[in-house]
Amino acid sequence: MSDVLERVSQIVVDRLGVDAAEVKLEASFKEDLGADSLDVVELVMELEDEFDLEISDEDAEKIATVGDVVNYINSKN
Amino acid sequence: MNLSLENRTYVIMGVANKRSIAWGIAQSLAKAGARLIFTYAGERLEKNVKDLAATLERNDSLVLPCDITNDEEIKATFTAIKEEVGIIHGLAHCIAFANTDELKGEYMNTTRDGFLLAHNISSYSLTAVAKEARGLMTEGGSIVTLTYLGGERVLQNYNVMGVAKASLDASVKYLASDLGKDQIRVNAISAGPIRTLAAKGIGDFNSILREIEEKAPLRRTTTTEEVGDTALFLMSDLSRGITGETLHVDSGYSIMGN
Repeated sequence: MSDVLERVSQIVVDRLGVDAAEVKLEASFKEDLGADSLDVVELVMELEDEFDLEISDEDAEKIATVGDVVNYINSKN
Repeated sequence: MNLSLENRTYVIMGVANKRSIAWGIAQSLAKAGARLIFTYAGERLEKNVKDLAATLERNDSLVLPCDITNDEEIKATFTAIKEEVGIIHGLAHCIAFANTDELKGEYMNTTRDGFLLAHNISSYSLTAVAKEARGLMTEGGSIVTLTYLGGERVLQNYNVMGVAKASLDASVKYLASDLGKDQIRVNAISAGPIRTLAAKGIGDFNSILREIEEKAPLRRTTTTEEVGDTALFLMSDLSRGITGETLHVDSGYSIMGN
C-alpha cells in the first residue's frame, strides 16, 4: 500500500510540479493540485506505464483524488 | 544522395510531450543532423517542449509559441524564424483537435461549432502555415503532415476527426500542386494508432490498439520512432520525386479487409 502511494506520489509531483507534502490521499487532482483535464489524461497515461495496466475511459472518469488512484491500483493487483 | 540533414533547418509544430509523434519526428531529424525549431500552442506546453528540446545533442533549437488558429500569430512566428535562421528546408505539421465528446458515439451528433473547430485546427492550419513557410523555403523544401485511416474509411469513434482528416488529405494534394513549382513537396504520413495524449481523447482507444496487435500484418502497433524515420525520408532528398502522397506507416493494417 505505502509503496503504491509512494510511486503515485512521485508521478504526481513530476507531472503537476506540486510539493510532495501536498499529495495526500484526500487531495483532489483538479481542485487541490491544480490539474486541468489534459494533466489528468497525462497522469492516467503515466500511471498505466508505471503500473503496467490499462485504465478504461469509464474508470478514468471516476478518478478524482490521489486516494482514488491508490485504491484503483490496489484493486487491480 | 543520402539521409543526412546537415546544415538544414526544420520546423516541428505540435510537440505536446515525450509521447508525441512530433517528438518522434524531431528525434529522427535531429539524429540526421538537422537544426530544429519547435512551435507550441498555449503556455501549458511551453515547459514540456523546452525540456524536451534541451535533451537533444544540438543546443541551438528554437522554441516559439504559435497559435495556428490566428493568422497574425502564424505570420509573427515565421517572421521570427526568418530573422533567426533565414531559410528553412521543411516543416512537420502534427496538429489536430476535436472536442472529446464528439469523438465517441454517432458522427451525426457533431455540432456546427465542433465541426468548424476540428476543421480549423486539424485541416486549415496546414494551408495557413504552408502559406507562411513558402517564403522561407527558398531552396525548395518538404512539408509533412500527419493523417489517419479514419479519413479514408469509417472507423468507430473517429467521427468528425475523420472528416477533418479527409479535408487535410485533399489539402495535401492541392498544396502539392500549388507549391511544386517552387520545388516544395507536400506529403502526409498516415500513422497507425499510437498511444499519444491526443489519441487518448478518442473513445475506447485501448481496444483500437489491441485490434492492430491482432490483425495488422506486422502484428504490432506503430511507434513514434517508425513515423519519425519515415518523416526523415520524406524530409530528405531520397524522396525528392514524391509529392502529394500519403504513406501509410501502420504495420500494414490499412491493406486488410475485415
